[in-house]
Amino acid sequence: MALDLNFQHRVKARLISIAHTVTLFIAMSIICIPGLWIVLNSFRPTVDIMAKPPVWIPRDLNLDNYYAMFGGAGEGGVPVLQYFTNSLIISVTSTLIALLIGMAGGYAFARYRFKGKNAIFIGLLLTRAVPGVALSLPLFIVMAKTGLIDTHIGLIMVYVAMNVPFTIWLIDGFFRQIPPDLAEAAEIDGCTRWQAFWKVEFPVAKAGVASAGIFAFLTSWNEYALASQLTRSTFSKTMPVGLRDFTSEFTINWGGMCALAVLMIIPALVLTFLVQKHLIAGLTFGGVKG
Amino acid sequence: MASVQLNNVVKKYGALEVVHGINLDVAHNEFVVLVGPSGCGKSTTLRMIAGLEEISGGEISIGEQVVNDLPPRDRNISMVFQNYALYPHMTVRENLGFSLKIAGKEQAEIDRAVNEASTILALEDYMDRRPGALSGGQRQRVAMGRAIVRHPDVFLFDEPLSNLDAKLRAQMRVEIKKLHQKIKTTIIYVTHDQVEAMTLADRIVIMRDGFIEQQGTPSEVFEHPVNTFVATFIGSPPMNLLQGKVIADNQLAFAEGFTLPVPQEFVGAVKAGQDIVLGFRADNLMPENHALDLDEASPPIKMPIVVSEPLGTETLLYTRLAGGEIQAKMLKPRPVVDGEVLTFHLDLARCHLFDADTQKSLR
Repeated sequence: MALDLNFQHRVKARLISIAHTVTLFIAMSIICIPGLWIVLNSFRPTVDIMAKPPVWIPRDLNLDNYYAMFGGAGEGGVPVLQYFTNSLIISVTSTLIALLIGMAGGYAFARYRFKGKNAIFIGLLLTRAVPGVALSLPLFIVMAKTGLIDTHIGLIMVYVAMNVPFTIWLIDGFFRQIPPDLAEAAEIDGCTRWQAFWKVEFPVAKAGVASAGIFAFLTSWNEYALASQLTRSTFSKTMPVGLRDFTSEFTINWGGMCALAVLMIIPALVLTFLVQKHLIAGLTFGGVKG
Repeated sequence: MASVQLNNVVKKYGALEVVHGINLDVAHNEFVVLVGPSGCGKSTTLRMIAGLEEISGGEISIGEQVVNDLPPRDRNISMVFQNYALYPHMTVRENLGFSLKIAGKEQAEIDRAVNEASTILALEDYMDRRPGALSGGQRQRVAMGRAIVRHPDVFLFDEPLSNLDAKLRAQMRVEIKKLHQKIKTTIIYVTHDQVEAMTLADRIVIMRDGFIEQQGTPSEVFEHPVNTFVATFIGSPPMNLLQGKVIADNQLAFAEGFTLPVPQEFVGAVKAGQDIVLGFRADNLMPENHALDLDEASPPIKMPIVVSEPLGTETLLYTRLAGGEIQAKMLKPRPVVDGEVLTFHLDLARCHLFDADTQKSLR
């Protein structure tokens, strides 16, 4: 009897574990296959990409799309390096500014008591509820009037405004987890308030700042809707906007588009990989009672 | 090395006053313990001395220098926090040397001071670990080490043992006492644990609701509490209190017709008709044949045992007397059955009388 019961439970546990694996596999497939398809298509000729029924197993892989992309204007080339530089300047600058403001704001919300704190905090988060596209026309008019359209600065300002509420919210959460005693101990150890922040609280909150940085960077790096409105020329277009260079009146160069998309993904992947060590927030605790 | 003076120190949060003009003189090298229940203002007082809280009135001096407006870093104090507040991103060595590094000392000097502190606290084996990889007791020692490397004028301890288990707490208590013997420095120590206060202090300061109720050596506050609060707060188990009245012929009358003679010490200090509170410790109420010699034995008192707690060398007895539950002690204990009636004697020479209205000692 007892043996049967044990057997039943063992079978049940086994079935649940199989169902678990299958579900995970399906979920991961839904997430990963489109990405893999893009990478695959960037190495395939248009015939294979457009084939019906689809060619699942690649027959002919080459770098033609990449050569063409870096080639002359008449041979399907686009100013990839310029777009890449634009994207990098805009994303990195806006991320750094958003992080500086986010740290100042997050620290203030986590540590100080002031009038209207909750209202301001909720107000900040509410700005995230406004869809970015809804802002495109007002932003376009403002930028056009101020002459910031088609400039790096214009887009940087927009991305800073988009990212600041989120970085403040995220960094506030990390500073809240750091006991105020740490900064007090540093002050007693001889630090000024400023030193206590940079030598103790900031290094401990580094994981939080890093993750806020990744989010801000990826938002700016991938943003398309506003960038497509606010940029015009090669001098300010970012990579997502550059993807549109592959569409012409009658054709779409899918292979080239995929190749550029792959180039776009690489820096984001590398960055995430580099910073992921810091994303593990385990370091934060241990200085206080365990 | 320095003394610490608090003159009429007040702390307000908005309209709420939490420390009401306290005065305290801590002598050079003295070990003073501030003790009291939660919310009595003891930690706030310590934080004001440290400079972590601004004071709303009065004056704080450390070594003759008024420090009211000095930031913590200019007060030459060290503090050990309740949760240790070690820097989690630094190794033990870096934690210990941090204050000297901030002060811009030479690396050789930092190394020397850090090694000296690590030897005193037996931390040599953990110097390259991070706080996260240490046990509670080890973290506690690092926190103390961080405090001693600077050779401060004053050590401040804010409930440093409250996160440790009972055994470790007793062990660390001894270590703190040894530390004080080794590095003679003024120490102000905050705790809510009266055992810590009694065992560590040169002088105990008992606080309640932002006032100092009494200060004195451990034996002074234990033997001569100025009021019922101190009487019940200091000592374990707490002092037994019985409400009563002085009647004719120097007798005290309690509920349920229980009477006792007025202790010799208080004859003349009380008058008939006065409402009083009688206080006595469990150690002074013992069953016959299980007691010490009594200086002034009361008439025999028969009481039923409600619960007994054998503690090995003695047994704590919970009994009922004059409508209240009180505790007594049995030395050289024998097994006691609940409900058993025993004959007790109270040592009147060790009893306290308090005024029923003011709760103050009538001594």
